[in-house]
Amino acid sequence: MKSDRTFFWRKLHSISGLIPIGVFLFVHFAINYTAFYGAETYNQAAAMMGSLPFRYAMEIGIIFIPLLFHGIYGIYIAREAKNNISAYKYEKNWYFYFQRVSGILVFLFLVWHVGTTRIPAAFGAEVNFDMVASLVANPVYLFFYIVGILMTTYHFSNGFRTMLITWGITVNRKSQNFGKVIGVILFIVLSGIGLTAIFAFVS
Amino acid sequence: MTTNGKLVHLKIRRQDGPSSDSYVEEFEVPYRPSMNIISALMEIRKNPVNKDGKETSPVQWESVCLEEVCGACSILVNGKPRQACSTLIDSLEQPIHLAPLKTFSCERDLIVNRKQMFDALMKVKAWIDIDGTHDLGPGPRLAEEDRQWAYELSKCMTCGLCFEACPNVNDRSTFIGPAPLSQVRLFNTHPTGKMQASKRLESIMIEGGITSCGNSGNCAEVCPKEIPLTHSIAAMNKSTTAYSFKRFFVK
Ligand code: HEM
Repeated sequence: MKSDRTFFWRKLHSISGLIPIGVFLFVHFAINYTAFYGAETYNQAAAMMGSLPFRYAMEIGIIFIPLLFHGIYGIYIAREAKNNISAYKYEKNWYFYFQRVSGILVFLFLVWHVGTTRIPAAFGAEVNFDMVASLVANPVYLFFYIVGILMTTYHFSNGFRTMLITWGITVNRKSQNFGKVIGVILFIVLSGIGLTAIFAFVS
Repeated sequence: MTTNGKLVHLKIRRQDGPSSDSYVEEFEVPYRPSMNIISALMEIRKNPVNKDGKETSPVQWESVCLEEVCGACSILVNGKPRQACSTLIDSLEQPIHLAPLKTFSCERDLIVNRKQMFDALMKVKAWIDIDGTHDLGPGPRLAEEDRQWAYELSKCMTCGLCFEACPNVNDRSTFIGPAPLSQVRLFNTHPTGKMQASKRLESIMIEGGITSCGNSGNCAEVCPKEIPLTHSIAAMNKSTTAYSFKRFFVK
């Protein structure tokens, strides 16, 4: 019994969705949003991020490892569920089902997203406004972005709501309703920021 | 009471034994006002003839109290997990589909083996330890304020509807299920039960324990006793989290 570390790993999975991955999501969206003010502002912001000290250590420790851990463990968790939305069409069961669907779609989106930005960058391409603009010039890729953004904002917002339950912060009906209100607000605000940003790259 | 010729049309998923294949058999039984599922099944037992007029074996089911406190007559009624005793024919669309719960293994017809739930109650120590061979006098009292909500949790009759509706209770997962987690809350609230609180918490902080809950909320939706299972689980999330810190830093 002592060697059973499930509790620890599941709590780590839960918190990793907020810290660091959720925090990174906010930073990432904020940088993307600068595209709304024009290519130059965006290039400055991207260059600033690119010139941060300990860049590779931070990328690996704060982004890659936590994402891989949360994503792979998340797929394992999602596989444990036998989704039964057709028999039980309750509101929270929809959220539950969609949390799993969105997690898997986010995983696929991120493989594509990293593959079309960071991988070319590793081979010398410059990450800038033009790189993203030439991607979203293709309507299929723009569609990938829109779906990827909405899946991510849903997954994070609903994840935030359930995280409050997972950690025993929202226990009674009143606080759990409040948690849902926060989730809905997060979803609207983050989706607004994310979509405004990606459409700023469309000419 | 007269039946004035009205019939109740039933489509029942049957199975002759634990390892037999299942099949559907249809029945028509005379209608009476205020019938429940059990009384319709009793009509079949009285006259085990199916809709085609062929004599058949009477449909087997389980029930004890007939007043929704024992939890034995859980079945799927038109796809929804219900207590057969408190489900009235008048409230249902016909034909009425009856089937055994799917989460548990079928013994025969509508009877399932509910052992996994009782095993889970053992795992989480859902009882109050008695003191010993000698009389230790009365235990501490429970505050009225807590008694009121704890009483609601004590209505759990281990009927298994929450197991049936939970997407995380299945053969791919080791989850012990919603009801046992609520029982931990109940027994950890009891002033004498509290003395073994950490043992109960430890019993749900392992694989298949509380962290296997995915917050689908179906348990509370289908609970026939309206037990606030989701809030119980959240309360246990709080207790186990606090206990894990205490165990790491203090104890
Ligand atoms: C990479 C693919 C991803 C997969 C496959 C995935 C999968 C999952 C799954 C299955 C859950 C439910 C866990 C449970 O019920 O215990 C979950 C929860 C969560 N995820 Fe993800 N996820 C991914 C990416 C992300 C990202 C990018 C974020 C943040 C921006 C995130 C944030 C969260 C949060 C906050 C939770 C809530 C944790 C809780 O309820 O305790 N996830 N994830």
